[in-house]
Amino acid sequence: MKVAVLVKQTPDTAELPKVSADDVRSGKVKATMVINPWDEFAAEEAILLGDRYDVDAVAISMGSPDAVDALKHALAMGVGAASLVDSSGLTGVDMWTTATALAAAVKAEGAELVITGKQSVDDNSGAVYAGVAARLGWPLVSAVTKVVEIAGGRITVERMVEGAQETVSVPLPAVISVGKEINEPRYPSFMGIRKASKANIPATPAASLGVASGSGKTQWTNIRKPEERKTKCVIIDGATVEEKAAKLADALLAEKVI
Amino acid sequence: MSVLVWIEQNNNGPVGNSFEVLGKAREVAAALGTQSVAALVGGDAANVEKVRSYGADVVMAVTSPLLANYRLSAYVKALRKAVEAANATVILMAATVRGREVAAVLGSELEAGYAPDAIDLRVEGGKLVAVRSVYSNNILADVTFSCPMQVVSIRPRSFPMPEPGAVGGEVKAVDAGLSEGDIKEQVLEVKSTDTGEVSLTDASIIVSGGRGVQQDPAKGFELVTQLANVLGAAVGASRAAVDAGYIPYKHQVGQTGKTVKPDLYIAAGISGAIQHLAGMGGSKIIVAINKDAEAPIFEKANYGIVGDLYQVLPALTAEFKKRLGK
Repeated sequence: MKVAVLVKQTPDTAELPKVSADDVRSGKVKATMVINPWDEFAAEEAILLGDRYDVDAVAISMGSPDAVDALKHALAMGVGAASLVDSSGLTGVDMWTTATALAAAVKAEGAELVITGKQSVDDNSGAVYAGVAARLGWPLVSAVTKVVEIAGGRITVERMVEGAQETVSVPLPAVISVGKEINEPRYPSFMGIRKASKANIPATPAASLGVASGSGKTQWTNIRKPEERKTKCVIIDGATVEEKAAKLADALLAEKVI
Repeated sequence: MSVLVWIEQNNNGPVGNSFEVLGKAREVAAALGTQSVAALVGGDAANVEKVRSYGADVVMAVTSPLLANYRLSAYVKALRKAVEAANATVILMAATVRGREVAAVLGSELEAGYAPDAIDLRVEGGKLVAVRSVYSNNILADVTFSCPMQVVSIRPRSFPMPEPGAVGGEVKAVDAGLSEGDIKEQVLEVKSTDTGEVSLTDASIIVSGGRGVQQDPAKGFELVTQLANVLGAAVGASRAAVDAGYIPYKHQVGQTGKTVKPDLYIAAGISGAIQHLAGMGGSKIIVAINKDAEAPIFEKANYGIVGDLYQVLPALTAEFKKRLGK
């Protein structure tokens, strides 16, 4: 069975605070770009499924040709193949047009299962994979914490929602998004990195997958940095820890937050 | 047209976050000159009266025996019936795990503009504007819509919980028109993970522990939990504490954990890595307890105690027990 891992190239989380409003407006973020950390869990799960079942994994990313670095990371981890959907030259590509192109790429790969991270650390949307599922007409299970079984044309998973853990079974083909509980992504091995660096990653223009430039259904305006927290920390002093506790209690009661 | 809110339900009835959204939806509907509609999908008929008391113009109950357990495809189909019946063009829900998947699939199926996990909503020049916090809370953007169908999921605690007791609106029953063959998912088991503790995203107070408990992690989180219990607070943790296995992932606050917005956030033994600050920087008051006076968390804190959490936490617990008469 072919498993498609959808990955996105995103800024290194340590550098997100440095991302400026201008960067976002121009779409040219000046930060070290890496594989979206949530997608590492998806890549790892695809590799682990390969240990359990007869599974071939392919990592797919949509983005500029630079996004091959995210794909190479997946390859270096041990995902068998990679494919880029090249969106360079297109403007106004929104979550649904991205989903349209990725759905077409998944189909072209002949994948029966799509695994991806629960959201990206830049757009924070968690929407593209839902769009992929909707466009393919495949069932979606999000926030998956364990793949219990793939058997009889179905996949059974556990997932976490607020206050409950559900065990859900859906027929394949299907789309799942995974959370952090599912596994611990491996670091790429030296051999893996070498192999990935030499890999020839095919690129398909997004335009050939049914996507055209447009204006998108939503627009981001008034892009800005959140207001800096302008607090002056009051250090609570006291001769004893009890005195400090009492002073802090006074302050918090006066703030009416308790 | 109308503004429709999906009122999510779990075993305890309607989810509180849905009422936060409904409160705002009434304002949005009024500003757009249209009706607010609260849509219940499945669930207990008694919940209809509870929802009515939050004052939507119309309460729509979409029913089917097949809606007993939450199943994404069934709930999306049922909700689409409500959207049609209400002629809704603005569809809102709480950005819970279920809310986010329902909103995304519904938005995609309806070819709607979708603003996920928004933190504010307003109407400007007769048009809906959603505010999103993106780049893991490092960038804010106003989202405007250039299509008639608009879906927004709303981050919990973005709006105040409205008071019930409104004059209830009209109740309409809608048949979901489902057959089992339409539904792809089989739910094999639902295990409650509700331990009665306050959830992080709903909490008005959070007490969190970090790497600073490493000397005796079990004792450290016991002290964190004791203070949390006295304050009626949720227990949080930094990624360092979760990765070290001191406490389960569901407690993690930060970029790869939960974004929280309590009135009071007490960080004990947390240095304040930017990934953690991204998840709790929106807290109204931050208290830092740390042995290291140079820890970056103090730069974001309103109050700080430089000291050993193994001494400070029990002292605070004792003090608040006294103050709160517990």
